[in-house]
This record gives sequence, C-alpha cells and structure tokens, in this order.
Amino acid sequence: MLNLQKHDKTLMIIVAVLVLFAPFILNPFPTGSAMAQFNAGYPDLMQRFVIFGIFAVGFNILFGLTGYLSFGHAAFLGVGSYSAVWMFKLLSMNVIPAILLSVVISGLFALLIGFVSLRRSGIYFSILTLAFAQMSFNLAYSVLTPITNGETGLQLTLDDPRILGVSATADGGIPVTSLFGLEMRSTYEMIVGPWTFQFNAGYYLCGIILLAAFYLSLRIFRSPFGMMLRAVKSNQTRLNYTGLNPKPYTLAAFVISGMYAGLAGGLMASMDPLAGAERMQWTASGEVVLMTILGGAGTLIGPVLGAGFIKYFENIFSKINDSILHSWFSFLPDGIEDAVVFLIHPFIGKGWHLTLGILFMLVVIFLPGGLVEGGQRIKKWVSGGKNKADDKAPKTEPAE
Amino acid sequence: MGILDVKDVGKRFGGLQALGNVNLSVAENSVHAIIGPNGAGKSTLLNCLVGKLVPDTGSVMFDGQSVLGRSPHEINQMGISRVFQTPEIFGDLTVMENMMIPVFAKRDGAFRMHAIENMMAERDIVETAEKMLVDMNMAEKRHMHAASMSRGDKRRLEIGMCLAQEPRLLLLDEPTAGMARADTNNTIDLLKQIKDERDITIAIIEHDMHVVFSLAERITVLAQGTPLVEDTPENIKGHPKVREAYLGEAA
Ligand SMILES: Nc1ncnc2c1ncn2[C@@H]1O[C@H](COP(=O)(O)OP(=O)(O)OP(=O)(O)O)[C@@H](O)[C@H]1O
Ligand SMILES: [Mg+2]
Repeated sequence: MLNLQKHDKTLMIIVAVLVLFAPFILNPFPTGSAMAQFNAGYPDLMQRFVIFGIFAVGFNILFGLTGYLSFGHAAFLGVGSYSAVWMFKLLSMNVIPAILLSVVISGLFALLIGFVSLRRSGIYFSILTLAFAQMSFNLAYSVLTPITNGETGLQLTLDDPRILGVSATADGGIPVTSLFGLEMRSTYEMIVGPWTFQFNAGYYLCGIILLAAFYLSLRIFRSPFGMMLRAVKSNQTRLNYTGLNPKPYTLAAFVISGMYAGLAGGLMASMDPLAGAERMQWTASGEVVLMTILGGAGTLIGPVLGAGFIKYFENIFSKINDSILHSWFSFLPDGIEDAVVFLIHPFIGKGWHLTLGILFMLVVIFLPGGLVEGGQRIKKWVSGGKNKADDKAPKTEPAE
Repeated sequence: MGILDVKDVGKRFGGLQALGNVNLSVAENSVHAIIGPNGAGKSTLLNCLVGKLVPDTGSVMFDGQSVLGRSPHEINQMGISRVFQTPEIFGDLTVMENMMIPVFAKRDGAFRMHAIENMMAERDIVETAEKMLVDMNMAEKRHMHAASMSRGDKRRLEIGMCLAQEPRLLLLDEPTAGMARADTNNTIDLLKQIKDERDITIAIIEHDMHVVFSLAERITVLAQGTPLVEDTPENIKGHPKVREAYLGEAA
C-alpha cells in the first residue's frame, strides 16, 4: 500500500505502534507508586517527544545523508514558532494554517541561509550556519521586537485582531488552539486499576504528523535524490566529474530539513501558543545534533530514538532530587545513605546534563552508529547462534 | 581539427611554469597517449581540460566549443569523462549504486529533484547499470561496498562508470599505476575492447610503455611542461630526443 519494501514496512509499523500506543508504553508504572516518576506518558512530554522527533528526522536528511553539519537549525524552529503564533493572532486559532505558514516561511528562510552557507563545506559551513542562527537569535531578541516581542516572547493577547474567530471568548479568556473545533489541550483519561492513561488530541495530531514526516524521510532515503545525497557525502569530486552538480542537491536537502524544523516549531506553538527567542539559541541547535548522533546519524529510526532519549532524560532525570534519593536509599545505614546520595547528587536534578554528556561520550566512543548500532549488536548477539547458516548468503544491509 | 584542440595552454604555480605553450590535437575516435617523466605536467594538462584548473593562457576547444570557464560538471555533460590517477568512486555506496549514478546523470542532466520515486523502480536505469556491470565483469560484486574492493576492481568500476555516460572523450590518468601485471593486462584488454566497440576518443596518460605501445595510435611526449614531439608509436620509439628526455631514463 505504501509502496515500501518489506524491511521499510516493518520499520514504519514499529514507529506507528510506538507513536499510537505511547500513552500506554510510556506509563508502565501505576500512578502513586514509587516508580511513577519514571512515567513519561503525560501529554506535555509526549508532545515534546514527537515534535523533537520530527525536528531530528528532518535534520538527519541533511546531516545523515549529505554529511553537512548545520549548527543553526534551531533558527528554523524558531521561525516556525513565530509564524504559527502570528497566524493565531491574525487569522484563526485553527492549527492547520499556522502549521502551513511555519513550513513555508522556514523553507524560504532555509533557502536564503542555505544558499549562502553552502558556498563552503566542512567546518566553515557549520560556522556559517551557527553565525546565521545566532544572528537570528539576536535579531529576534532585540531589533525585531515589533515582530517577535523581544525578551518577553510572542504571546496571544485579548485584543488580537483574529479575522476568522474571536479576540476573546465569551467568558473573557484567550481562545485555545484547535483543529476544526477539536481543542488541542483536550485530553481523555482512561483509568485501568491503579493506572491512568492520558490520550491528548494535540499529541495525536503531532504523532500523526510525525508518522507522515517519517514516511516522507523513508521515501527520500530510498529515492534517487537520497542516493545523490549519499554520493555528495561520499565523494564530491566524483560527483562533479560525473556531470552532476552537488550544490542544488545539498541546497534542496538543506531546505527540506529546514522545513521539517519549521514544522516542529509550528507544532510547538500549536500545542502552546507562544514563541520566544531562546528557541533559536545555539544550545537548541546543538541539541538536535546530539539527538541525531546519539540515535544514529544516517539511519532512519535513529533520530526518533535519539530525540525520545534526550527529552526523557531532560524531563525525568532533572526532576529527581535529593529527597527522592534519600527515600530510595533509606534502607541503607544513615552514614552510607548520605554518602551514596552525595555521590549521585551531581548527576541528577540540574546535573542531568552531566549524565547526558557522559552517556553521549560513551555512545560516540563505543557505538559510533548510535543507539541503532546498539540495537543491531544486541540483535546479532541474541540471534548469533541460530543464524550462522544465513550469514553466508550475500545480503544487502539497508540503513535501519 | 580534432575533437579536442589545445592551443598555447600555459599554467603557472607560483614560480613554477608547470605548462608552457602546450599545443595538442586529438583526432576523433583515436587513442592518443601523453607520456613524459614525473612532474612533466601531464596531470596538470588533464586538469586544465576538465575544469579542475583554469589555464593562465591559451584555449581548449572540445568539438568546436570552448571548455574554459565552465565548471567540471558542465564539461562532463559536454561529453568528457575522466578517470583519475587514484580511483575516485563513491566508497560508501554499493557497486550497483556507483554504476547507477552516472546513468542517472546521463538521463537527467546535472540536477533533477526525484525525491519520492523508488530508486530501484527506475527500470531503465537499473537495467542499463546492470548491463554495464556485466560488461565490466563485476556483476557478482554488485552489493559490495565500493570501498571494500581491490584497487584493480575500483579502477575497473571507475572506468565502467565513465563509460556508462557514453562520453565522446575518455581521459585516463595512469589507469594502470600500482597495478599487478595481470590487472594491467586486463585493463589493456578492456580498453582495446572499448575502443573497438564504441565511437569513443581516448586520451591516456601512462608511464607503462607496454600499455602505451599496445594501445596508442598517436603519442605526445611532454617534458617540463612543453610537448617535445608528437608522432606514431613506431617513430616515437626511435626518436633520439625522446630517448634522451624520457625513454633513456626509463630503459
Ligand atoms: N596544485 C598545484 N600547486 C602547485 N604545484 C603543482 C600543483 N599541481 C602540480 N604542481 C606541480 O606541477 C608540476 C607538474 O605536476 P603534474 O602533476 O602535472 O606532473 P605529472 O606529469 O602528472 O607527474 P606524475 O607522472 O608524477 O603524475 C610538478 O612539479 C608539480 O609539483
Ligand atoms: Mg600525474
């Protein structure tokens, strides 16, 4: 049906199952149990998982295929968010026009930045993208205040001139974002014994868009265009002397990945209609690089895993504090308990960056192919004994 | 007038005159060898023909059109393919994919956005590439990563990729350098076969005299950036100037 090979179909199904059943998968522990703080199945966090998944999947089309490492992709995310919020302010609270505008505007913006930055390759390209993104951040922060509302960030107000819709609701509040009347914040709670599962409209919208975005990236990977992008990474000299011009190929990849970033930014604003300059800062650009590398650059599913992994750490590890640690280790004698908590303390709460940094280093050193390589190794190890006979047959190893 | 006409081409690297007043004409459908000692400027000359370098002086005409000022991919699209001194292939791609890329370039030109189509569903491309692999005797290696092949096979693949574009002029820069005798002989056979089967002009730079004398119809001897003589292989063998400048040291 989807015009995919068997292997790709499996991959697509895995992602679909993960996305659709995330409210269950991410909530394995009963509410109120000691482990409940490791649950991630609440709407806000699940939305972030898929939105950053989209961001990373798009980034991977540029970095994973062509090898061009952009350090400025957060700029497109920010532009997407601003565009969406303006659409809410001026046109309607429906998320569709907002998302469309974010994709278009960030695409145009990526065309401009890509055109200039792609005159150089390697480290110079990275620096150029970084410079552009920081420039955009500073502009958003100060000079462009009429458009971005500077430090405060762009928000909805009670006197927005919404053409298709009302400036304020009957009870005097700011209207909420919706998809043809279906409010993005509406959540259905399913209570099964001690478990509470939350099904949020906004999450499912983002999830379905992630599936579409993932499917598109799959098609790009398997297309002649995708092959040309891999050829750009492999040997530009040969490409040139084969009569192909690498520039438009890389520029197209840059614009596509910029549009993915814009889409992610638009979705962010659709879930929570505000946009701030900090979304464009270099740390945000660096984060998507980490996600892609951690998951496995150049693989299909890697960026999705990497995004989930990092967002999980950011939100779950950062919430563990000393009193929680004390309660975990209370079975130990007092002195030892304090010592253990003292030792773990730097790695939790605000120290989650340290944990993530160490994990990242371990992955890069021992699993250069990221989490996907880890998964493949485990698979090989588990099925090592019985598959020996198959190994002799020549086979192609398409990217996971 | 040949298919390729080089007139008064000069190229300087800082203080070094790498090429000074090179005149050369390659006749259509011939095999023309360029020989000369190390550092004679042979690769530099080739670089000036394919847009990698721009000569300081002179003109380079291919089939009546100037190649100067065009970028490498444009020159290639005019019908000139080049094999490098060290094989330039797509190491991270499979052998089959390596072969498909020039076939795409031939059909679609320098850029085409085909981002949704399935690459393997392009039947005409797949078939042409497969046939070329069979011709090159590499069909059974189609799923291998190109980087994992032997140097001889890489060279073979590179020649095949150039031929897949059906160029009118094929430039080869020391195609047998560093090859074992058997591989060298295979390459000679391959090039002879190409020459017999196709309407193609070949210009070859080579150090191995066995290769040169088995293939070439005309030979130009280059020394210190200037052509010494141009003649048939028979005459070159006995030419005193050539013996002095080149064969003398090699023999
Ligand atoms: N890009 C460059 N910059 C500076 N000098 C160069 C450059 N390319 C070549 N040269 C110099 O120009 C001269 C001619 O070099 P070229 O590579 O053309 O020689 P060649 O005839 O191909 O030699 P070989 O048989 O060793 O391949 C050499 O002295 C070389 O060092
Ligand atoms: Mg040379």
